[in-house]
Amino acid sequence: MSNIPQDLKYVKSHEWLRLEDDGSVTVGITDYAQQQLGDVVFVELPEVDTEVGEGDDIAVVESVKAASDIYAPLPGKIIAINEALVDAPEKVNEDPYGEAWFFRMELANADDMNELLSAEDYAAECE
Amino acid sequence: MAKQTALYQQHLEAGGKMVDFGGWDMPIHYGSQIQEHNAVREQAGVFDVSHMTIVDITGSDAKAYLQRLLANNVDKLKTPGKALYSGMLNEQGGVIDDLIVYLTEDGYRTVVNCATREKDLAWMEQQREGFDVTLTERPELAMLAVQGPSAIATVAHIFNTTGRTHMAELVQNLNVFQGLPCDGWFIARTGYTGEDGLEIMIPEQQVADFWQALLANQVQPAGLGARDTLRLEAGMNLYGNDMDDSVSPLQAGMGWTIAWEPAEREFNGRAPLSREKEAGDSPKLVGLILEGRGIMRAHQKVVVEGVGDGEITSGTFSPTMQKSIAMARVPRATGDSCQVEVRGKLVAAKVVKLPFVRNGKIVCE
Repeated sequence: MSNIPQDLKYVKSHEWLRLEDDGSVTVGITDYAQQQLGDVVFVELPEVDTEVGEGDDIAVVESVKAASDIYAPLPGKIIAINEALVDAPEKVNEDPYGEAWFFRMELANADDMNELLSAEDYAAECE
Repeated sequence: MAKQTALYQQHLEAGGKMVDFGGWDMPIHYGSQIQEHNAVREQAGVFDVSHMTIVDITGSDAKAYLQRLLANNVDKLKTPGKALYSGMLNEQGGVIDDLIVYLTEDGYRTVVNCATREKDLAWMEQQREGFDVTLTERPELAMLAVQGPSAIATVAHIFNTTGRTHMAELVQNLNVFQGLPCDGWFIARTGYTGEDGLEIMIPEQQVADFWQALLANQVQPAGLGARDTLRLEAGMNLYGNDMDDSVSPLQAGMGWTIAWEPAEREFNGRAPLSREKEAGDSPKLVGLILEGRGIMRAHQKVVVEGVGDGEITSGTFSPTMQKSIAMARVPRATGDSCQVEVRGKLVAAKVVKLPFVRNGKIVCE
């Protein structure tokens, strides 16, 4: 069984989003996604200040087995990336909702968060 | 509905993540592929390879038949149980499958790939014409690969502590690339990992007990994922990736498995292979180590400046080397460096002779 925290939002492509106090949004991949991938050995992150559109492939996560794209869940701008992840990609397996965040973004439209999947909706997607 | 091996229940109990592999429900890993890989390099792991196809070949023409069927020459097998690796070629010299053949008391035993079973059996049946041979598939035998530096000692220990001292003795006295029968089992010192170890064929109803004994003796269950990274580090080909019906053994690093002597032996594909060898310009299979960032994968393009292009046939992340490694088919004139197109970017790679790893040690640098 995979862990799906109640306080996060989700998209079908298995990214999670967390609304921070300053209004920015942190993005990573779900526990379900890391289980499907297996041992993660490589991560490539977007560049800070990149303007992204919804569904753009902006990062890569690779396990021993396969490569998988990470998509921008909503339109906006990348304001921070988790550079520590590049040297410790195994964190994606160990702590997908914590240390293994991928990037932080400023949304073009803050209301877009309301359109995303709840934990229950996402759990149904994973069945 | 996918087929299950006799160990299906044991895989689930060990936490195996099951996937479809050539029509079989097989474990890809039991939690961590890398941990399983390292266990085999450092101690011992066990793989269920019961999906592979065992075919016994008997009859008065068995030897002559195999001398036609295989590019390697079974006449090299002089002592009981001795084994040989070979390609089974079509008339154009392409590889129908790669296999291992053991000399047995009443003929030969071959082990061929699971994904190629139907076409292999059809070809072997068709080639039988004019020869007095019988082909007998052995689906009632399960097969385990117990691999790693402590594999043989652990198996011998299990036999000793369960009153099977004669089997313990057999295991400890096996030569490399030799397989012998004992009490309905067939135990061979062969493998697909680059480590010492055994491949053991066991009557299906006895395999679960042996599996449990291995696990109780700290042998790590290992899945198809680790099997692939181990064989790639060991520079061993995977059928369907590194060669297929359209690729000659000369282009797949299998030149050493072609027995050219005696010159009068007419094995399938000999004439086109001889012409290819004479021409001396066919591509070669090499090892690559990525120097920049990324992971090499099958079918990525290889660019050799001033020489031409090639292609990755198998690529992964090497747990032993902590780098991306690959096997690639490149132009013959390729030197010691190239570039690989990894997700749209050209990344520098070093060209090395295979294997990358043998007996737990990195040997390519």
